[in-house]
Amino acid sequence: MQDNLKSSSYQQLEQKSKYTNMFLRWFLYFVLILFASYFIFPLYVMVVTSLKTMEEIRQGTLLSWPSGLNFESWAVAWGGRGYGAGDTFLKPYFWNSIKMVVPAVFFSTFIGAMTGYVLTKWRFKGDSWVFLFLLFGCFIPFQAILLPMARTLGALGISNSIVGLVLVHTVYGIPFTTLFFRNYYVSVPTELVKAARIDGAGFFKIFFKILLPISAPIIVVTVIWQFTQIWNDFLFGSTFSFGEAAPIQVALNNMVLSSTSVKEYNVDMASAIIAGVPTLIVYVLAGKYFIRGLTSGAVKG
Amino acid sequence: MFKWLEKNLPKIVMAPAVGLIGWFVYGFVLWTLYISFTNSKILPKYELWGFGQYEKLWASRKWLISVDNLLVFTALFLIFCIVIGIILAIFLDQKIRAEGVLRTIYLYPMALSFIVTGTAWKWILNPTLGIQKMFIDWGFENFTFDWLVNREMAIYTIVIAGVWQSAGFVMALFLAGLRSVEDEIIKAAKIDGAGLFTVYWRILLPMMRPVFFTSFVILVHISIKSYDLIVALTQGGPGISTTMPALFMTQAAFHKSQVGLSAASAMMMFMAVAAVIIPYLYSELRRENAR
Repeated sequence: MQDNLKSSSYQQLEQKSKYTNMFLRWFLYFVLILFASYFIFPLYVMVVTSLKTMEEIRQGTLLSWPSGLNFESWAVAWGGRGYGAGDTFLKPYFWNSIKMVVPAVFFSTFIGAMTGYVLTKWRFKGDSWVFLFLLFGCFIPFQAILLPMARTLGALGISNSIVGLVLVHTVYGIPFTTLFFRNYYVSVPTELVKAARIDGAGFFKIFFKILLPISAPIIVVTVIWQFTQIWNDFLFGSTFSFGEAAPIQVALNNMVLSSTSVKEYNVDMASAIIAGVPTLIVYVLAGKYFIRGLTSGAVKG
Repeated sequence: MFKWLEKNLPKIVMAPAVGLIGWFVYGFVLWTLYISFTNSKILPKYELWGFGQYEKLWASRKWLISVDNLLVFTALFLIFCIVIGIILAIFLDQKIRAEGVLRTIYLYPMALSFIVTGTAWKWILNPTLGIQKMFIDWGFENFTFDWLVNREMAIYTIVIAGVWQSAGFVMALFLAGLRSVEDEIIKAAKIDGAGLFTVYWRILLPMMRPVFFTSFVILVHISIKSYDLIVALTQGGPGISTTMPALFMTQAAFHKSQVGLSAASAMMMFMAVAAVIIPYLYSELRRENAR
């Protein structure tokens, strides 16, 4: 009897909660989409603004649709207007960034793989202190090293050069790449290495034959992380380079700030998109690895 | 000889990394610390001068405004990022359709540089052609939104752009945290009659303590170091109303020939970061050792 009572009131409750549930789900989607539009809004505005003429920009609103697919401001942002002095455009700086990113990512990833390998598979006395020693480099505010770095680059004769920036990004990438590889190799069974050692395999042979073939995921994570960090860097780029050796973020900032002529917002937005597109493509294609790097290397911010 | 080489090969391979970090991180920080105790102006001088630069720093109106801005920014940045991040994570955790697409949208700002997003926000927030004009064109004729050029309000535009950039990241951290909780715990709570709200408020969120901690540390770290966004959005202006410590440091060092003063400001930033990071590292290590 009591059981019956219970179940009927339970049914009522279930009926009621069905409506509340439906309402809740609508509310849920409403909030999620609201936030999605907040996040997408600047990207949308950038794209439509870059496709408008200045006339359209003055007449329309932020959200209004461009009259057609007009890529003129993209061409201006990338290749300039073709009159000599004062004509800044992104193409040379884009290549500067490529020339800076590729070696810096390669060196920092390679060094990180090696240190991660030693710290987990060739352990020595005090190795966890060495790891902590390297890890601390993830956290320092770079302001504390800017002054001596500027002097060192000057002393080495590589200030205001791509080589100098490659050195800077390689060095300050090492703590992160070490962290990534160390945490990955920790979970690789050490027995594999021990067995190979008994078979007479040496230090490098074990790395290249056993560790490297299974490292693909962590290499992808590390390369994406380093690529994004270095491509997006502004502090080092703006402090240690200027003029023709500047990377793209510095050039973009200079272009937007230059007050020589009338503000051309469509060109500004096209430039911003060009500077953001490489990392955005990587994010869309390899989001999973991007997020993994973010959650484990995020201490840097 | 060969034997020695073979035996010490791992250490030799480690040496470049340790050497580079030792020199470029520890050596450089110590150098900056030393210079902060000298009376260096355009060029570094090496005779000690005591705490003069720190006294000058804390007597500087610009530095005090920087610190004030940093506190306001950090507080709001933390609150909004964490609240929005948690809401999005919990909502996304409800077996949502198109979760992957939404997640991608929430997180894509993290892939862009602050210069790119700062440029976009500067355009959106500019009073002549941006949001203000949009609302006026829609018929709200008295609508004003001039925060970007308003001394009192400009700092909040940096909050808006900063939160937009980083909230999705907090969402990712919390979503990962929520997904790692075993279903059994939630089921057991539901059998005991707990509603969804209670499950989250009483059980899941308290379990997310480490995630809160991590987000807190990362966000404070981002805000102390924030530099690019301010350069792109306001250059510290109008006037010096949105200046922050990182901007103060680079300006003193590279534009105003106040090398000693900039070193002192860099060391203040260093100490602020250390005050947050050292307890964090300590607790992380303890957790790892406990495992």
